[in-house]
Amino acid sequence: MIYRESGDFSETYPADSQTFPIKFDRYRYYAVLVVAFLIIPFFINDYWANAILVPFLIYAIAAIGLNILVGYCGQVSLGTGGFMAVGAYACYKLMTAFPDISIVLHILISGGITAAVVTLFGLPSLRIKGFYLAVATLAAQFFLVWLFNRVAWFYNYSASGQINAPDRTVFGYLVTGPNTEAWAKYMICLVFLTFAGIIARNMTRGSLGRKWSAIRDMDIAAEIIGVNPLSAKLSAFAISGFFIGISGALFFSVYLGAVEVGEAFGIQKSFLVLFMIIIGGLGSIFGSFAGAAFMVLLPVLLKNILVGGLGWDTALAAHLEFIIVGALIIVFLIAEPHGLAQLWRIAKEKLRLWPFPH
Amino acid sequence: MKRLATVTVAAVMAAAPVMADLVFPSLSYRTGAYAAGGIPFADGYADYMTLLNERDGGIGGVMTRILECETGYNTEKGVECYEATKGEGSLVYQPLSTGITYQLIPKVTADGIPMHTMGYGRTSAANGKVFSNVFNYPANYWNGASLVVNHLLDINGGDIKGKKLSLVYHNSGYGKEPIRTFEELASKHGFELTLLAVDHPGQEQKSQWLQIRRERPDYVTMWGWGVMNAVAIQEAANIKFPMENFIGVWWSGSENAVLPAGDGAHGYKAITFHNVGSDFPVFDDLAKYVLDTGKAAGAGDQIGTAIYNRGFYAAMLAAEAVKTAQKIHGVADITPAMMRDGMEALEITEAVMTDLGMPNFGPSFKVSCENHGGPGTGAVAQWDATNKKWSLISDFAESDMSVIQPLIDADSAAYAAENSMETRCN
Repeated sequence: MIYRESGDFSETYPADSQTFPIKFDRYRYYAVLVVAFLIIPFFINDYWANAILVPFLIYAIAAIGLNILVGYCGQVSLGTGGFMAVGAYACYKLMTAFPDISIVLHILISGGITAAVVTLFGLPSLRIKGFYLAVATLAAQFFLVWLFNRVAWFYNYSASGQINAPDRTVFGYLVTGPNTEAWAKYMICLVFLTFAGIIARNMTRGSLGRKWSAIRDMDIAAEIIGVNPLSAKLSAFAISGFFIGISGALFFSVYLGAVEVGEAFGIQKSFLVLFMIIIGGLGSIFGSFAGAAFMVLLPVLLKNILVGGLGWDTALAAHLEFIIVGALIIVFLIAEPHGLAQLWRIAKEKLRLWPFPH
Repeated sequence: MKRLATVTVAAVMAAAPVMADLVFPSLSYRTGAYAAGGIPFADGYADYMTLLNERDGGIGGVMTRILECETGYNTEKGVECYEATKGEGSLVYQPLSTGITYQLIPKVTADGIPMHTMGYGRTSAANGKVFSNVFNYPANYWNGASLVVNHLLDINGGDIKGKKLSLVYHNSGYGKEPIRTFEELASKHGFELTLLAVDHPGQEQKSQWLQIRRERPDYVTMWGWGVMNAVAIQEAANIKFPMENFIGVWWSGSENAVLPAGDGAHGYKAITFHNVGSDFPVFDDLAKYVLDTGKAAGAGDQIGTAIYNRGFYAAMLAAEAVKTAQKIHGVADITPAMMRDGMEALEITEAVMTDLGMPNFGPSFKVSCENHGGPGTGAVAQWDATNKKWSLISDFAESDMSVIQPLIDADSAAYAAENSMETRCN
């Protein structure tokens, strides 16, 4: 009734090709932005920031990055953990080498460094495809973790090989280090995520995104119609790497503050982010958000219900958590193989016709 | 989102009773690859607190409460646990994970809550001038490394020049910590050191042990945890490495590390900073008040094992620190800040331990503003596979502080410089 196109007239070309053509969608999007930027920061506490929202925002950036590569361009990657580590260690080296330069710049440059590294590991994609490419990126994962463990220069020769984020400020407010206010942590991640989301959404709607999709759907056909596989594939690797690098840098500097490469950026991280985009929906920006929310919020929610609410034994609850999350993933994928984003799409289709579906 | 908020709020409300109590968060791990070590420690920690409640009515008349949170040895879950428990008046954190410790050092310092990392964590936290809220008494990794080398000196009549020592270590912050000390000691005593890293979780060690078989080191020492310990000892038994030349750190000296290898593990040694076995008067009380009344934590089957004793000992030290804090401030229901003062003024003597029914359980020591690391003493325990028990084969002895203290000073000074901190205790 309210969710429909009729009565909403586009008078200019930009208005015709905007991201949210339906008025209701547009207002909903503004409402989300208002809540996220103007309401949550005033009510957020340490627990909500550190345990729930900051990890969600950071994983959402990583999921957007991986979704560009896997969902839009069809290049399977199992190296996300290692690529996040590149972002984290680049950020650490920059933070300690140039303490006077803004952390925001450091994070962006970390993204750039990660983009370069990921592009390098993306070169084999020009020759190999599918499972074989997955194996090549898996090698990148293990190589990078080994590198950051092995070469002491990356962790400034500290005794334990841990890296620690020093205190850094943005506009005079601390954003890293233990004295950071909850809202400041949340806001810096939110700003990066918002820009990542807008950039990714517009890129995937534009000519670059169409090239990626063409490569994904059938690379030979794409080449015949004039898509250059070299530039299309490598640009997907680079842009995906940029976002993943930013998420790695935030993960280390803002969220955890101290990181050990094998523990924080192991192969489990690669799979976690991959599960996020598979559950959320491949080739969908909304899916990246939904998948990150699902994988970050659900375990915390279950823990709070089982241990906090019902007072169960923590070990039993932890095991049950694995079972429930695993079962839900299977159920979701059987019920809707295209992920949460497809459920959302179907819901919107139904809403448009409601209440007269025929 | 709204429902989530309601549930979380309800959960927090349900979990927070109004009465005064002494809250001891237990960031335990009863799941995952390191559960073999996490379960006995958490059980020992909880059982001692239950014993105090049942036998003495708490500490100084205030009941203790264990707030358990499952971390799975994972730093992200560790952060979640810390945030979830810190608001409930948590007195002292003992995460039993070097990764989570590194994570929490700046956080607890900012929040004014003490942390006790007994025999693990950041070794240079022993320097109280830099680390105000972190304690690692009575011993740390670097003491452990020195104790291993001291034992080698003992059995070789004081000369180990030219001997070969291999360090098999967990490739993480935990395993890397002792390397610096071993290197210093190697140049001091003239032995040859080989480093063999084992990646998480440590089930795959064939290549490391193949290398040991090829290079035939005189001694092997190990910094392992969880499943890695059992695998290493099994591999050592498979290549018929003489077990009495294989010495683990205290975290590699538990029953579940040696039992899987059966008779092959006979003679394996591990250093320890507290006593082994359940032959102490306090365990009679434990049986009477906790075990027989069905209040034991977990399955109740870990009592007297090496790591259970360590959890038990950690809880004892925490409880004594509470008593000290109550004495200093004259309040029974203490705050985390008071707890910190209590830990800094803690004095454990033989008389105190005998009173508690734990004679000679650990070293006598005194914590001070400068020294948060305790005496760093330890003994060597050996595994008897026929009787399935550990026994001490040496007395508790000093480690080589002339090597360790400069390393502690250098590392803590680096930390202070990195974070532009002032030193305390001046």
